[in-house]
Amino acid sequence: MSVLVAVALVLTAVGGTAVVLTREPVHQAIVLSVFGLLLAILFVVLQAPDVALSQLVIGAAVLPLMVLLAIAKVRRGERG
Amino acid sequence: MNLLPYLVTGWLFLAGLYGVVSSTNLIHTVVSLSVVQSATYVLLLTVGFRTGGTAPVFADIPLGTAVVDPLVQALASTDVVVGATVSALLLSLAIQVHKRSGTLNPDELRSLSG
Amino acid sequence: MSRRGRLAVFSVAGLGLAVLLVAAFLDARPFGTAFHPLGDASVRASLLERATANTVASITFDQRGLDTMGEEFILFAAVLGAAVLLRRDREEREAAAPDERREGRGQVGHMPEVIRLAGYLVLPFVVVVGIYVVAHGHLTPGGGFQGGVILATGLHLVYLAGDYPALRWLQTNRIFEVSEAAGAAGYVLLGLAGLAATGAFLYNVMPYGQLGQLASAGTVPLLNAAVGIEVGSGVVLLLAEFLEQTLVLREPGGNRRAGAGG
Repeated sequence: MSVLVAVALVLTAVGGTAVVLTREPVHQAIVLSVFGLLLAILFVVLQAPDVALSQLVIGAAVLPLMVLLAIAKVRRGERG
Repeated sequence: MNLLPYLVTGWLFLAGLYGVVSSTNLIHTVVSLSVVQSATYVLLLTVGFRTGGTAPVFADIPLGTAVVDPLVQALASTDVVVGATVSALLLSLAIQVHKRSGTLNPDELRSLSG
Repeated sequence: MSRRGRLAVFSVAGLGLAVLLVAAFLDARPFGTAFHPLGDASVRASLLERATANTVASITFDQRGLDTMGEEFILFAAVLGAAVLLRRDREEREAAAPDERREGRGQVGHMPEVIRLAGYLVLPFVVVVGIYVVAHGHLTPGGGFQGGVILATGLHLVYLAGDYPALRWLQTNRIFEVSEAAGAAGYVLLGLAGLAATGAFLYNVMPYGQLGQLASAGTVPLLNAAVGIEVGSGVVLLLAEFLEQTLVLREPGGNRRAGAGG
C-alpha cells in the first residue's frame, strides 16, 4: 500500500473526527466542507474519478450550504 | 498495515455514531450521520481497489489494462448524491421540529405533541 | 434515558461493535487484492459487448439500470419531502407578504461589485462544463449525477452574484419542477421503450456504435441526459426551498435584517 493512500486515509479519519467533535453548527459546516474535500482526494487516490466528482461538488459545496441555510432559518425563527 | 483502510472505515463509522448519540443539537446530529455515510463510501472503494490498477475508464488507455473494480464505484457515485438529498430531508425535519417546539436539543424534546 | 445512561450504553455497544468489526476485517480479503471476478466480467461486458468506454457508466445505466432508477426516485422523493416540510404556513405567509411587496427591485444586501461580476463571468463556464460532463458521461468520468449537481451549483452562482430578481423569477416560474418531473419521466419512458421493443424493461435498444465515439453505448447517453436534468433540477429545487426564507425577508440595510449566518 502506497504512502499516498495511507496519508489520505489518515487525513480522512482525522477530518471525520473533527467534524463530529465540532459542536457549534456553523463551525461544523465549515469543517464538513473540508472533510468533503479530503474525501474527494481519497477517492481520487483510490482511482475512482466518478465518485470523486460527485463527492467534491456535494460534500464541499451543496451539503455545507444546506446546513448553513438550515441554521439561518432556525435562527430567524428564534429571533422573529 | 494492510488493515489501515478497514480500520479507518470502522473509526469513521463509530465516530459518526458517537456524534449522533452524544449530540445536543439536531443539526449536529444530521451532519454526524453524514460522517457515518462516508464510512460506507470508504469501505466500498477499499473493497474494490486493486494494487497497480487505474481508473476504469478506457477513453485513452489500451484495452486489457488492469483497472480497479467499477462495480463498487457505480454504487458509491450515485450513493453520494442520494445521501446528500436525504440529509437535506433530515435538515428540513429539524427545521420543522424547531418551529413546532422551539428547541433543537433532542434531550429537551419530550412528548409527541404539536 | 438520561444523557449519561445513553453514553454508557453506547460505550458498551460501541466497544462490542468495534471488536466485531476488527474480527471481520481480519478475515476480509487483503487491501488491493487482484481477485475481482464480478468487476472483470463487467469490464469485459462493457468494452466488448456494449461499446462503453466508461465502464462505471455502463454498470450504472446499462447493466444495472434498474437500481439507478430507484436511486433517482429516492432523490425525487427527498426533494418532494423537503418541499412539503418547508412550505410556508399561513402565519409566515402573512408576515412575509408586506415585505415581499417592497422587495423585488433591489438586490440582496451590499454585494461587492467584484463578486457580482465574478459570478456572472464564471456562470457560463460552469454551465458548459456541467453539460459537457453529462454529455460525455459514457466516455470520460462523469455522467448524469455528477453533471447534474455541477449544473445546480452553477445556477447558485446567480445567488452569489446577488441577482435577487433573477432568482425570484426562477422560483415563481415552476420551470425546475417541470424539468425535474420530465427527467424522471424520461428515464421511465426509455425503459418502457426497451420493454416495448424486446420485452425487457430498460433493455438497451439503441445501436451500440463504436467504442470511444460520442454516439456509442446505445441508450446510456440518453439516460445520462435524463438523470442529469432530473438531478440538476432536484438540487436546484432543494436549495431554493432552503433559500426561500432567507431571501424574501432581506432588506438592503433595512431594520428587519434577517439572513444567512445569523
